[in-house]
Amino acid sequence: MMQLAGVELLPCLSGAVYVPAYEALLVADLHLEKGSSRAHRGVHLPPYDTRAGLAALDRAISHWQPTQVLLLGDSFHDAGGPERMPPEDRATLDRLAKAANLTWLSGNHDPDLPAHLPGSRVNEVALGAITLRHEPSPDASAEIAGHLHPVAVISRRGRRVRAKCFVLSPRRLIMPAFGAFTGGLDVRHDAFRPLLPGDHFRVTMIGRSALHTLPGRAVL
Amino acid sequence: MGITALSTDSTAGDVYAWGMDKMAEPETAAATCLPEPFAGWFATRGWQPRPHQLAMYAQVSAGNSALLIAPTGGGKTLAGFLPSLVDLSQGASGKGLHTLYVSPLKALAVDIARNLETPVTEMELPIRIESRTGDTPAHKRQRQKTNPPDILITTPEQVSLLMAQEGAEHYFANLKTIILDELHALAPTKRGCLLALAIARLETLAPGLKRIGLSATVAEPDSLRAWLMPQREAGVEDLASFVEARGGAEPDLTILTPGEERMPWSGHSAVYALPALYEALKQAHMALIFTNTRSQAERLFHELWTINEDALPIALHHGSLDVSQRRKVEAAMAAGSLRAVVCTSTLDLGIDWGDVDLVINVGAPKGSSRILQRIGRANHRYDEPSRALLVPANRFEVLECEAARAAARDGAQDAEGPAQLKRDVLAQHILGCAVAAPFQPDALYEEITSAWPYRDLPREDFDQAVDFVSTGGYALKAYERYAKLKQMPDGRLRLAHPRLAQAWRMNAGTIVEAEMLKVRLASRRKSSAGKPLQNWGGKVLGEVEEWFVEQLSVGDTFLFAGQVLRLEAVEELNAYVSRSSATEPMIPSYQGGKFPLSTYLASRVRQMLAEPTSWGSLPEQVRDWLNVQRWKSVLPRPDEMLVETFPRANKNYLVCYPFDGRLAHQTLGMLLTRRLERAGMKPLGFVCNDYALSVWCLRDVSLAIETGHLSLAQLFDEDMLGDDLDAWLAESMLMKRTFRTCAIIAGLIERRWPGQEKSGRQMTVSADLIYDVLRSHQPDHWLLKAAWDDAASGLIDARRLAQMLARIKGHIIHKPLDAVSPLAVPVMLEIGREPVYGEANDALLAEAARDLESELIDEAMRLV
Repeated sequence: MMQLAGVELLPCLSGAVYVPAYEALLVADLHLEKGSSRAHRGVHLPPYDTRAGLAALDRAISHWQPTQVLLLGDSFHDAGGPERMPPEDRATLDRLAKAANLTWLSGNHDPDLPAHLPGSRVNEVALGAITLRHEPSPDASAEIAGHLHPVAVISRRGRRVRAKCFVLSPRRLIMPAFGAFTGGLDVRHDAFRPLLPGDHFRVTMIGRSALHTLPGRAVL
Repeated sequence: MGITALSTDSTAGDVYAWGMDKMAEPETAAATCLPEPFAGWFATRGWQPRPHQLAMYAQVSAGNSALLIAPTGGGKTLAGFLPSLVDLSQGASGKGLHTLYVSPLKALAVDIARNLETPVTEMELPIRIESRTGDTPAHKRQRQKTNPPDILITTPEQVSLLMAQEGAEHYFANLKTIILDELHALAPTKRGCLLALAIARLETLAPGLKRIGLSATVAEPDSLRAWLMPQREAGVEDLASFVEARGGAEPDLTILTPGEERMPWSGHSAVYALPALYEALKQAHMALIFTNTRSQAERLFHELWTINEDALPIALHHGSLDVSQRRKVEAAMAAGSLRAVVCTSTLDLGIDWGDVDLVINVGAPKGSSRILQRIGRANHRYDEPSRALLVPANRFEVLECEAARAAARDGAQDAEGPAQLKRDVLAQHILGCAVAAPFQPDALYEEITSAWPYRDLPREDFDQAVDFVSTGGYALKAYERYAKLKQMPDGRLRLAHPRLAQAWRMNAGTIVEAEMLKVRLASRRKSSAGKPLQNWGGKVLGEVEEWFVEQLSVGDTFLFAGQVLRLEAVEELNAYVSRSSATEPMIPSYQGGKFPLSTYLASRVRQMLAEPTSWGSLPEQVRDWLNVQRWKSVLPRPDEMLVETFPRANKNYLVCYPFDGRLAHQTLGMLLTRRLERAGMKPLGFVCNDYALSVWCLRDVSLAIETGHLSLAQLFDEDMLGDDLDAWLAESMLMKRTFRTCAIIAGLIERRWPGQEKSGRQMTVSADLIYDVLRSHQPDHWLLKAAWDDAASGLIDARRLAQMLARIKGHIIHKPLDAVSPLAVPVMLEIGREPVYGEANDALLAEAARDLESELIDEAMRLV
């Protein structure tokens, strides 16, 4: 369990966060249709990443039964993604949209999502005192964001483990990338530095069957 | 006896080394068959064409394709060129490209071009010869395109590129002959597959193309003869004509015996033999000293210089050395200013760089073809015997050297046959054909199946390949509108966009460089915030070949730089490790022969072990060793596999002796460990060499077998090649790396992109993700099958393992022992051996190894 600005947050093994007070499910950086993003250049990567991502979202929705699903930007890898989506996958998305209200936050990869996608499109959204946005803002007082695809590496008894993670500091939660083809950026990377001053943060690392929360100073 | 005309410029050896021997060869009169100015040119030099050169001339000028098998230095290259030179001198020149010469080595291509210039100039032949490699500047390539030379000397990759260029049909319209040098080395590889496909295309452009194959001696010449020819009828193999050069005199092969020195039980350094080896060097004019690995070469070179009291000029030559360094050594050899060169397989192929009169092979020969080719390097008098000295580095290698000597006497060959049906190569070629011009699928299928490696390609497989090339071959038809191939109204397929041609050119070829991984110690010390990932790993311990890391799973422990290390992750080009608290590593070290023991030599060694009457030529120490084994345990018959079990230092060992090479043994070790785990034997690790495999467990293995809790027949049952192999392989990094190579060759992943070179790391990351996603969503994908076939036939030697399991079925003999047996000592000594970095470590390790060795040997050889 996590708390941010007094709001209870439940991180999940899938990389989503459930916010009971608002019956809201949050996911970041799905990067749907990343596999097909260079198809027009003749690079035909397996087109199964959308399917894998939506299946994971489907499982999270079935589990939490949220009334709303908030997608924190970069839901599609590029502007053409929604059009390239295979009909089967689009059908899955439409079905999910019937189970819960979808809210698409804009990200740097998908600033202008088309109107035919089920749900609403916004730049930012507020859950009480918390602002949800794609890219974390160093000045925010309470925010949940994605964009950075955090991963952390720890070392225990000579074993080194690298995993996607949630990063929680007093002022923000940075969510891991949800998509199947997404890589990661180490939380020790410079990009995190202005967002996580000192070692005042915790990481919740995603293991195979459990989440593991560790203080920032334990992270290599 | 024979007088051999050798050019003073010895780099030209392969071209000029044709000898004269009027007494011995009745075919001499055939020289008159050569037209002028050739006959006269030979005569003015007092030279005589060799019979095989004339035979090749006769075959090819009669319109036939032909395979020439000749030992190195037999004037093979000239034999290949002579028919073309004659034809060109008689009015065929200046009409476009006449002859294409293909060599696997870039350096060879350049030298051949230079060396051919001499006879052409001296005979004032109107023939233009040029070379084209990856290094040829663009303006020269352009000129070659608009104004082609008569003879173009090039590499396999360039042939693919030329075949795909615009106007290829005009460029090759006059092509009469293609000469393939070192065919024995090309055919077993993916490069060979790609070349075979390109030749099939050339046949379409220049029907009746004559093919000339030049090869060292091979086990099955007929497969190369068939490889050369278009195969049009199912079930009937068309063969090229065959010319075999007399092998000169039989090689004079000696095995170095230890004398008073103690014959080592294991290891590969052969330090014991150094003084004798040095004496041999002093007697020789110029010696090549072959080793099996780079680290052996480095070590031997270093040791030789410590005893080089006469300051003999001894040089070193191997693949990790800088190219300019290698060229210097080659030049010095050619100039005759060296007495010895310590080298690896880098000098197996190619030009003869000097007057080599002695070949020394240090370590195990590993294969009879390999050793025969190496011996052939001592060829400076073609009609005198090549002198070779085999230096076994340990006791088993004595047996292997004896087996190799017998094999050489019989001229037995065991090199790999040609590669077949490589799917990734097929995909690359299909796109290349589309780059050249729109193609009709039916016609292309027919053309491709005329290439010998693809003669059995099912139509369905071809259609899948076309589908893969066009849209990725996914069950989910997501890329139809981005298809790379578009159907035209007449049914032909054309390239969808010219941009794809550029991308294909950038990715052409089958060579995906083997990478070295840095071994980095994962620091436990907390790094300061913001440190980039690549600096996290702390100290670099050294470099290992990627193929070694491929064998490991995360969590496996291995010995490196004198420490037991645990693999934590492989990222970018780094293997991250931590120090393990384990006192013994689970995975065998990577030192040792890089080439697996050939099946053929292995069976000879098994035979020799079983027949004490054949031990007469063995050194006394080795005979003693085998006699004590017979007394204390058992010497298996050739068709049997011996399994020994014994306790030692609180562990229980199971040692088996399949003699099937390290690769197959490592795979067997991985699988046996899983099975022993399931059987509750608590296995802790295993180690293997080319001859044996040792697994150690916490539970008493002898007891478990005796009481029927563990069945050896079940343990070694062939069913391990099913689910267990699948499960292990699918998760292994080896499979991911193999998949990456296939994905690059097949064009799924870009090797390079105009203007932005992709780094190896970027490819690695995406290939792994692709592999995982593909495996869970379309496990039967065409490219996964391609990768699987590659891994199964190559890196893990699953085929050989399967043959072995079938062979030993019902022939396992179990010998429970109280202590280690003499035969087990070499493999037991592999535990804890590995290359050591730094002198202090070296000394410590050598000391520790000595202690372990004497203890083991005392125990094994104790007779009371």
